[in-house]
Amino acid sequence: MKRTTLFVLIVALLVLGSVVTACKPAASTEEFVFGVVLVGPYNDHGYSEAHYQGAKYAETKIPGARMVYLDKLNSADRPGTTLEQVVEEMVAEGAKLIITTSDDFGADTDVVAAKYPDLPFVHMSGDNVLTGEAPDNVANFFSKMEYTKAIAGCAAALATETGEVGYLGPLINDETRRLASSAYLGCRECWETYRGGDPEDLRFVVNWIGFWFNIPGVTLDPTVVANDLFNSGVDVLMSGIDTTEAIVVAGQRMDKGEKVWAIPYDYEGACEIKPEVCLGTPYFNWGPVYVEIINKVLDDKFEHEFVWHDPYWKDLSDEDKSYVGFKYGPALTEDQQKDLEDYIDKLADGKTKFFVGPLNLQDGTAYLADGEKATDEQIWYLPQLLEGMEGASQ
Amino acid sequence: MKARSPALQVLLGVAPILLTLVAATAILLVAGANPLAAFGQIISGAFESPRKLADVAMAMVPLLLCAAGMLVTFAAGLWNIGVEGQVVAGALATTWVALRLNAPAAVLLPLTVLAGMAGGALWGLLIGLIRTKGKVNEIFAGLGLNYVSMALTNYLIFGPWKPPDGATMSGTDPFPRAAWMPVIGTSRASLPAILLAVAGIVVIWWLLRDSQWGLRLKAVGQNENAAYRLGIRTSREIVLAFMVCGMLAGLAGSLQTTAVYRRLIPSISGGYGYMAQLVVLLSGLRAQAVPLVVLFFAAIQVGSPRLELRMYLDSSLGGVLQAGTVLFFLLVRGLRQRLSKE
Repeated sequence: MKRTTLFVLIVALLVLGSVVTACKPAASTEEFVFGVVLVGPYNDHGYSEAHYQGAKYAETKIPGARMVYLDKLNSADRPGTTLEQVVEEMVAEGAKLIITTSDDFGADTDVVAAKYPDLPFVHMSGDNVLTGEAPDNVANFFSKMEYTKAIAGCAAALATETGEVGYLGPLINDETRRLASSAYLGCRECWETYRGGDPEDLRFVVNWIGFWFNIPGVTLDPTVVANDLFNSGVDVLMSGIDTTEAIVVAGQRMDKGEKVWAIPYDYEGACEIKPEVCLGTPYFNWGPVYVEIINKVLDDKFEHEFVWHDPYWKDLSDEDKSYVGFKYGPALTEDQQKDLEDYIDKLADGKTKFFVGPLNLQDGTAYLADGEKATDEQIWYLPQLLEGMEGASQ
Repeated sequence: MKARSPALQVLLGVAPILLTLVAATAILLVAGANPLAAFGQIISGAFESPRKLADVAMAMVPLLLCAAGMLVTFAAGLWNIGVEGQVVAGALATTWVALRLNAPAAVLLPLTVLAGMAGGALWGLLIGLIRTKGKVNEIFAGLGLNYVSMALTNYLIFGPWKPPDGATMSGTDPFPRAAWMPVIGTSRASLPAILLAVAGIVVIWWLLRDSQWGLRLKAVGQNENAAYRLGIRTSREIVLAFMVCGMLAGLAGSLQTTAVYRRLIPSISGGYGYMAQLVVLLSGLRAQAVPLVVLFFAAIQVGSPRLELRMYLDSSLGGVLQAGTVLFFLLVRGLRQRLSKE
């Protein structure tokens, strides 16, 4: 009977399949395999894709470098799959370096790294090397998005007509506090310098949704929060979350005739969603970071270190050199762009008041004395939002 | 109904899986990948070494337990969609014990297991009461409580149980070592977890086949009214069925926290409650078929990351295989019914 034939055929195919895989081609001797673990889909147009692209870039720049990756490592997409299992698979594939790219992998990276003391691990956006929790074969790399957030804040100040800027925040932690505060500092300085405004007249309000993206029933709905901010008088909305609600909502309101702008985040092409409202995008450029890490391992210079990279000031959009970038948006006028370029130059030369005292925390306690410049550690562990900002600090 | 040959029976049983493979082959060919290599990767990724077998065994644990529980509620004719929430309730109760009680492993581990079973049973009790006292269909009760359990987990992770240096989606801090289920050597296989899962399915198999209670449940399942008239306290049996199911599902949640993740994470249930539904359907409500179906699902789960790691294929293909099996199962069942009518 036909069905029996089909059955036999498929069983035969299956058996063949296991034979075929048994003789897989031997790896070339020059190859350097590195494993990349992503928390979201490799093509999410956001945080995970930025990492994936960075690793791809490294493959093109370093001869013989080959990425093996696993995306969507979270318990909703892959129940029961742990980082340890993934690393084991990658090591079996010949990986000589493991890069874990989500804040969420911090604790697991330390545990797994301890089981492979000779294998270098890099955990991105963590600080367990600083805090001393990470084993010796772990390093942390991150880039100073704070500067490009300040540039974004400046763009907001240049464009606002109501003098009210909104910031759509994710959850509250060290990283998000310092990024929102960086945006505020850039905004306040440009408001004073280029708009001749009084900081007292500038309203900068942060509303947190509770997570990096919308989880119905768990977080606040970013679309609702974005609309609430606009309703409260804000006319420029900056995004601090992984997804695109800020620019989408701004676009809808512009279509209804309102004069509003948006500044998305993370992904270089984010303005394309609605170019007419977009003042620009601060984004991560992981390519050069991956190249640097791989070269360190290849040259036997990998260290137990915490690296926090400055942007490449000569050209923020240099894909080979700048670890973070700022892409100008079409909604920026020519004059505004000139002012923004001027601000960027001053930021590069250290001639701005970016994290320079006098600066108080939100509750009025002193953070930096007059003329005092914040250390990296003071910025990394910023305990509250800054004085003058509206929104929750804890 | 005419009698069918055993060969045909078996063929109809495995037909969904075969059809899925055919469909997957077509998808792979369209994607430009070698189907044989892809299936080979899944198989070798799941079975090539003792370590892999250990991973498959551990992947089977929550599914076996949830499916065992669901056999009970299915026997009573109940659509228990609330297994997911029962898994979560077990995980929450276990986490409370693991984080709050300070005791040596010999005391703490049995307590985590008991707490998990109690938590799941309590969740089952709620569904049962809503069904019997509130006269609300168990599908709505279960689904509603699933969402409550999710919200509760997130509240606890981002509230009272958050790590000292701030809450994240990675969950609570790891449990103290005393609350880690022991593993065999350097593998990830935990013997107590595997034994508990095996015990769960065997006990349910026996209960449904040989016990009076099993008989009563089936009577309720066949015809609730008739069973009631014959003197069976149907409400009590229904609540009990939900609680027994909850105990097993809660145990699954408990073991996910103590033997797999070693902490509470936001989606601790990982959809096992829903997947178990498919497992039970695919096994034709027969306890003895459940382990085989579970093995199939677990092997795909453990083996499919290789599609991405070695072949750069989107590993959602594993999900396509699992979902396709269910789809074809329904088709083949329809076909079966037609054949029986002829």
